[in-house]
Amino acid sequence: MSAETIIEARAVSKWYGQFHALKDINLTVHKGERIVICGPSGSGKSTLIRCFNRLESHQEGDIAVNGIHLHPKMKNVADVRSNVGMVFQHFNLFPHLTVLMNCMAGPMWVKGVSAAEARKTALQFLERVRIPEQANKFPVQLSGGQQQRVAIARSLCMEPAVMLFDEPTSALDPEMVSEVLDTMTGLARDGMTMVCVTHEMGFARAVADRVILMDAGQIVEEGKPDSFFGNPQHDRTKLFLSQILKH
Amino acid sequence: MLYPDTVEAEVLVHKPWFVATMFGVVFAIFLAFNLTSTSFGELMRPVIGEPSQSGLYGRFAIAFVIALLFVLNVVLIGFASLRVQIAIVWFELLLLFLAFFATFHLSLPFIREKLPFLISQGVVTTLYVSAISIIIASLIAILGAVAKLSTNGFAYAIASFYTSFFRGLPLLMQVYLIYLGLPQLGFVVGAVPAGILALSLCYGAYMTEIFRSGIQSIDRGQWEASRSMGFGFSLTMRRIILPQALPVIIPPTGNQFISMLKDSSLVSVIGVWELMFLARTLGQKTFQHMEMLISASLIYWMLSICLELIQSRIERHYARSKVR
Repeated sequence: MSAETIIEARAVSKWYGQFHALKDINLTVHKGERIVICGPSGSGKSTLIRCFNRLESHQEGDIAVNGIHLHPKMKNVADVRSNVGMVFQHFNLFPHLTVLMNCMAGPMWVKGVSAAEARKTALQFLERVRIPEQANKFPVQLSGGQQQRVAIARSLCMEPAVMLFDEPTSALDPEMVSEVLDTMTGLARDGMTMVCVTHEMGFARAVADRVILMDAGQIVEEGKPDSFFGNPQHDRTKLFLSQILKH
Repeated sequence: MLYPDTVEAEVLVHKPWFVATMFGVVFAIFLAFNLTSTSFGELMRPVIGEPSQSGLYGRFAIAFVIALLFVLNVVLIGFASLRVQIAIVWFELLLLFLAFFATFHLSLPFIREKLPFLISQGVVTTLYVSAISIIIASLIAILGAVAKLSTNGFAYAIASFYTSFFRGLPLLMQVYLIYLGLPQLGFVVGAVPAGILALSLCYGAYMTEIFRSGIQSIDRGQWEASRSMGFGFSLTMRRIILPQALPVIIPPTGNQFISMLKDSSLVSVIGVWELMFLARTLGQKTFQHMEMLISASLIYWMLSICLELIQSRIERHYARSKVR
């Protein structure tokens, strides 16, 4: 792959006190790539992607996003964050703002875009996640699936170079999972660079360019979906897949 | 309201044992006082004859009638719907209250004469001193809360020192210290500014804690979402956190305002012509203390009721985004 690099992590390590949360992580995300990270809970997958927009700090190694190196004394963290969209497990929509305002807030307040233009962008992305008719409601009036789609639209409004998904379907009722996955699949088809922490193996198989298994803070296996699911190399991967695909 | 059961319990005031007990207690209480020489006795004249000569029979009859009326009243109210019950009980308590004040034989013309000044000077001063103080106190509270939540050692130390000191001294002491202490340092302050300063600093300290807990009640996820979109600290605070914290902050702040309205009476000791000061001084010359004190009390009470109503309006306004 020769495409330009969006995220580059080199020998990243992180500790929570004595606990070694990330161990020597190396990962490069190229433009247009879709990466799915899976693994048992507590394996560090959320921590890793939260390091990519510096919601978490790493102690060793180097992370660069769009060529900007992340470190504690950086002055331009807002540049990185407005370029990296993040979708959370619990949506984290702003409950006191309407759906439309949730989407307009970022462009208006961070980028200084005019209200009219922000509104146009917001409606365009709400259209894309197929809920433009909910624009004037408040988040609590929407179902979980709709809320998560609004959260995706909110991130897209910032027109980020990469989207991070932190278990976007884990807090949803089973019926609502597919509407969110459909939206994510649509994004992937349109060429969005994506890093997804998820247990939706069907999504991983269909969309991912690479699937990564993390365990105990380390990347255990990394490969194309075909080989990852069809011919896993490590016992840990086999065990994980047998657990998750058992039922 | 407490969580109501779907199975209705029997109405307490209709249970025979409760009615009987109530009757017994009221009867015993009124039997203990000799009411034959009061207006009750006059009212009972057709039954007991000349009240002063009726003796034990008169006392017995009066207590019996009062207890009967009381129990009947309570039992009947028990049949009404909740809203009507509340209204009737409020009305009756108010009536008893007024009857109690009527026994003081207050001079109504005196009240009528002094009331306009009590309102135009006293109420206005009380209101603007309280309003300015609550605004300054809120500003102090926001700063204090942010400082107490910050990781900056200086900010935290200053804020916690401030809240500790001003919560630790009686407000009356603070009023004196500021009014009498500042001139010693070369700053001569008027009574009104000194009063406002004392109230603001004292209530700012209490409200710092209210604001702090309000800000802390907001889910971490809101901070994370804001950060992830590139919002800085002050933008997140102004646009995301404080608007959501306000519904949490406003009810206790309303309480603070109501209590400040009354505590502003403490600045009367330094000669501010507010409601309490006038209530004490207007009646002094003619020894008609009770007239002015009761009038001022009722005014304080009515002002508090108005504020409570405003507060519940604002609360309803902020409940909007929670409606499903």
